[in-house]
Amino acid sequence: MFRKPLRRPRLGIGAAVALSLIAAACGSDDKSSSSTSPASSPAGSPASTPATTPTSSGDAASGDTCVDGDSVELGFLNSTSGVMAISEQTVRDSLMLAAEEINAAGGIFGKQIKFIEEDGQSEPTIFAEKISKLLTEDKVAAVFGGWTSASRKAMLPVVEGANGLLFYPVQYEGLEASKNIYYTGATTNQQIIPAMDFLKSKGVKTLFLAGSDYVFPRTANKIIKQYAKELGIEIVGEEYVPLDSDDWTTQVAKIAAAKPDFVFNTINGSSNVGFIKAYDEAGLGPDNSPIISVSIAEEEAPSMGVDLTGQYAAWNYFESVDSPANTTFITAFQAKYGTDRPTSDPMEAAYTSLYLYKNIVEKAQSFCVDAVNAASGGVTFEAPEGLVTVNGENHHIAKTGLIGQINATNQFDIVWTSDGPIEPDPFLEGYSWWDPNAG
Amino acid sequence: MNVLTTPFLTGTATGAILLLAALGLTLTFGQMGVINMANGEFLMVGAYAAYVTQQVISSPGLSTVVALPMAFIVAGLLGLLLEVAIIQWMYRRPLDTLLVTVGVSLVLQQLAQDVFGAQGDPVTAPSWLGGRISVFGYEWPHRQLFTIVLALGSLGALSAVLKYSSFGRKIRATVQNRELAETLGVSTRSIDRITFFLGSGMAGVGGVAIALISGTNPTLGTSYIIPAFLVVVVGGVGQLKGTVIAAWAVGVVTAFLTDQISGSWAQVITFALVVIFLTVRPQGLFTVRTRSLA
Repeated sequence: MFRKPLRRPRLGIGAAVALSLIAAACGSDDKSSSSTSPASSPAGSPASTPATTPTSSGDAASGDTCVDGDSVELGFLNSTSGVMAISEQTVRDSLMLAAEEINAAGGIFGKQIKFIEEDGQSEPTIFAEKISKLLTEDKVAAVFGGWTSASRKAMLPVVEGANGLLFYPVQYEGLEASKNIYYTGATTNQQIIPAMDFLKSKGVKTLFLAGSDYVFPRTANKIIKQYAKELGIEIVGEEYVPLDSDDWTTQVAKIAAAKPDFVFNTINGSSNVGFIKAYDEAGLGPDNSPIISVSIAEEEAPSMGVDLTGQYAAWNYFESVDSPANTTFITAFQAKYGTDRPTSDPMEAAYTSLYLYKNIVEKAQSFCVDAVNAASGGVTFEAPEGLVTVNGENHHIAKTGLIGQINATNQFDIVWTSDGPIEPDPFLEGYSWWDPNAG
Repeated sequence: MNVLTTPFLTGTATGAILLLAALGLTLTFGQMGVINMANGEFLMVGAYAAYVTQQVISSPGLSTVVALPMAFIVAGLLGLLLEVAIIQWMYRRPLDTLLVTVGVSLVLQQLAQDVFGAQGDPVTAPSWLGGRISVFGYEWPHRQLFTIVLALGSLGALSAVLKYSSFGRKIRATVQNRELAETLGVSTRSIDRITFFLGSGMAGVGGVAIALISGTNPTLGTSYIIPAFLVVVVGGVGQLKGTVIAAWAVGVVTAFLTDQISGSWAQVITFALVVIFLTVRPQGLFTVRTRSLA
């Protein structure tokens, strides 16, 4: 989805090949909520039935735990080469930290985590191939990873076909819910809508939308426009620039002419630099037309070449979150990787995803996919961002919306917090103003 | 009024960068039949030269001035290396050079990513580029003016070299008729190399201008290489006049469409216009009067 330049989406050849390879070993086609699928009886007789291979088709009903021995294999699938590597490596680092911590504390359901690392190479087709390998050859119990929406969309048919599990740690454009994927990043009603609530609370009357031209900004802006009408905020301009384009001068001239109260920035990756520079050159700043971004975090802020002090960002985690869990997370992370390393929202979501998996498995008393799905609803974790709760219906998690304001040290001062964790609503069914078919 | 001045001025600045990217292409394609897809990466190299220079010389003003010759030399030498190591074996085989240089461009991108990281690095513009001047109601950033001056300066220097130096005469002779030039004692091999150096160096200078717009990142060349080729084919291969007019036209038309419709449609429509233009005038705006028999 986000934050880094994406390659143009390739055809899903890899996904198709991978699918055909595993077509035989498919689980149920039931797309509805997992809560209806048969759960294993925790008090079954595991001793009498030697554990079979993990994942694959749901053997949950037989009562075994799907993982034999004293360890459980998990797949970590992130890009450690290619354009996305710099972002996805941070996620890999958090996952390894979480695995280390969980193992030190006794493992998941008494089993030590053994992780198999794979490189998605910043290519959706490679993601599809590698997750197929992890699920069908390595027979891992669950896979953690993915970053771009393109990578997730490529993995989705594979993970559904194999009836496997994928934990996806990045905020995204919503409008998706697979029973085989757990989304531990924010969906739109946990990031975009809180940002609009914040703007309303600031008394914003006019808003300018600036985004990269692909699915996330287009979807986000569609939601923003409909909600703005509801809130009585006027949209005074909407501009897109192709993902690979860095020149924002023409569009920024329109912002300068429109003089909006706020600019809503859904630009992705390096294109942000061109935008911020043109914005600065045009004499715009936090005093006249401040920016609220959904893709600039602790890591990106220093690389803009322009001082961003006073600008805003909407996330569900900031390094500055004041909680004991966050202090522990930051301390452990920096002890392992160096004190100069910032922690960011997707890293935190990845860290949280492994702990949530642990908690779900221990509630289910099983690693079997169907048992995990049956048990997942209501599972909580005291995450660095605050308490998060798995929604058993859509497999997203309830998260608190946060607005941060960038300070001189490129950290975020949290200036607005939602009223507690927000229930995930990827299809925005609970919002009466939302009409997916409107323009 | 703003409706016309903004896209006109912005487009002229965009055209200036396209010109710097296209000059090297038009020289190497015209003279040697080489389609150099790695030319975009010379822009990237120039941008990183600006970044590295700024790490050494912290004053943005001085470092920008120093970065220009640095970028020219570094990108030029890299172009020379490419010529000596690979391109010289495949002259007059445009399709082979296309494939090989695409590979080279991927290698250079990954190399930049391994050395500098994928995040991109900021390049601070000097304060004298931070201001704006008011042109018919549009607050025109100095930086765009600087880009145009830079492109015109490079163009002037290049055309002076081509026109007045003996070396420039040899380049023009080689473009017009390689065999005849050789019989007259022109070492076309060394001419080819120097042409490659000059063309790549020009792209390096363009890279500095891009670094001032958007900082550096390993893939920044990819967004300029296709428009630069459009400029070359529209302008007519192998000489400067057409390239200048085409770069300016592509820049202004794109900016105008961006202003009126959207950035993505601007790319599509510009491309379509180029296709229509080429069906009417396949040789481009101007052609070199060649005396070669081929």
